[in-house]
Amino acid sequence: MLNQFFQDPIQLATAQAAVAIALALGMMFIAAWAGIHLEKEILIALLRGLVQVVAVGAVLLFIFQGPELLGFVILAGMMALAAKTAEKRAEGLPDAFRVALFGIALGGGSVILLMTWAGVIDPKLTSLIPIGSMIIANSMNAASLALDRFQGEIRSHVGHIETALALGADPKTAVQPYARAAVRASLIPRIDSLRTLGIVWIPGVMTGMLLAGNQPVHAALYQFVIMAMILAVSGLASLISALLMAGAIFTPAEQLKINIRV
Amino acid sequence: MKLETRDLTRVHEGRAIVDHVNLAVATGEVVMIVGPSGAGKSSLLRLLNRLDEPTAGTAFLDGVDYRRIPPRELRRRVGMIMQTAHLFPGSVADNVRFGPRQRGRDLSEVEIERLLSRVGLSGFGDRMVDRLSGGEAQRVAIARALANDPEVLLLDEPTSALDDSAKAAVEDLLSEIIREESLTCVWVTHDTAQAKRMADRVLVMQNGRLQMTS
Repeated sequence: MLNQFFQDPIQLATAQAAVAIALALGMMFIAAWAGIHLEKEILIALLRGLVQVVAVGAVLLFIFQGPELLGFVILAGMMALAAKTAEKRAEGLPDAFRVALFGIALGGGSVILLMTWAGVIDPKLTSLIPIGSMIIANSMNAASLALDRFQGEIRSHVGHIETALALGADPKTAVQPYARAAVRASLIPRIDSLRTLGIVWIPGVMTGMLLAGNQPVHAALYQFVIMAMILAVSGLASLISALLMAGAIFTPAEQLKINIRV
Repeated sequence: MKLETRDLTRVHEGRAIVDHVNLAVATGEVVMIVGPSGAGKSSLLRLLNRLDEPTAGTAFLDGVDYRRIPPRELRRRVGMIMQTAHLFPGSVADNVRFGPRQRGRDLSEVEIERLLSRVGLSGFGDRMVDRLSGGEAQRVAIARALANDPEVLLLDEPTSALDDSAKAAVEDLLSEIIREESLTCVWVTHDTAQAKRMADRVLVMQNGRLQMTS
């Protein structure tokens, strides 16, 4: 209906946003009527979300006109921010920023470069930045999950780890079962989402391509490519993070660092 | 092997949990350390196989500064038995094999059986560790430590988590093994009667310091 009134795409999108906001406000009033008062939170969230996403759109409009090299600079910045976020999740582990940065940069970076080289990702900024950021976000999630789980495993197995050290094991051997458990745990959600792809959910890229009028099989295959890439990058990022952290929690004299133990 | 410490100290969060400890244990001697909880007994043991780093001072094995011995080699020579067995998941034999395997040596079935019969667990090799009693688990931990051929044995309240009958049996077993192998021992306990039964020498530790000898 809206497209009968608005010909200009920006005006049409603004009108669509207004309808979506009205829908959310309607939900807010129904909730308030039912005694669930979230008016302030909902209004702030709507406003923030709108301003943030429009600002990103405006920035992307500017960036998309820049040189291709700019894409890689932006992705590098995203990796640093992602590592900072993963570091928070790994609070209490030594050297968490460096470990997460290596995990994300080596895992995410190698997949982005390989896939760009192979022609799966178009090096044009309009595709490199959104797909690259998706890969980085997923490597961040995988690294965070792996580090969080690794920390839990280490803290609940301090006795076993120190027993292994006391028997003359090298630190990597002493923590190997826990690093493996952490990587496995971080991959399970990725494997599950690949397994249920198309049955339980139709994910974002495919939805977007279908909305943009692409042929469904083409959209489906590209979505599969993305999901397989996400699985690969998650595995790489969590494996690298867990391996590096397995080294970082020991002193040069092969002792478990005190802040892990206590 | 002779074990000595010189002003061995560990400071944690501004407090000396082990405070200038000077200790000399002769080859084959059993030194028991008693003292209240929090006195620093376990912290001292952890310094002796370098699971923790001394803040000051050092230890000597047969006159060699232990910081010059690679940590894995040091820990093979200075074995440790803790209060809890901390057995690794798998079979009893897997646990006994663990130490030598770290140096690339695979124990034969015969060697494993010999170690197990040494601790009174003949025929237990294929048993899964989650099916052992507390006393049996601690015996496996002893066999696992002996598999490394240690020259010094550090014992951190090895019988305190066991019931009375298992406690007496494990104590007898340790006593026998220590004498037969002439192991140099530092044994930490809060049980003064046990200390008197087992020791060549009893030392008292309080506030991180070794207080007196008897």
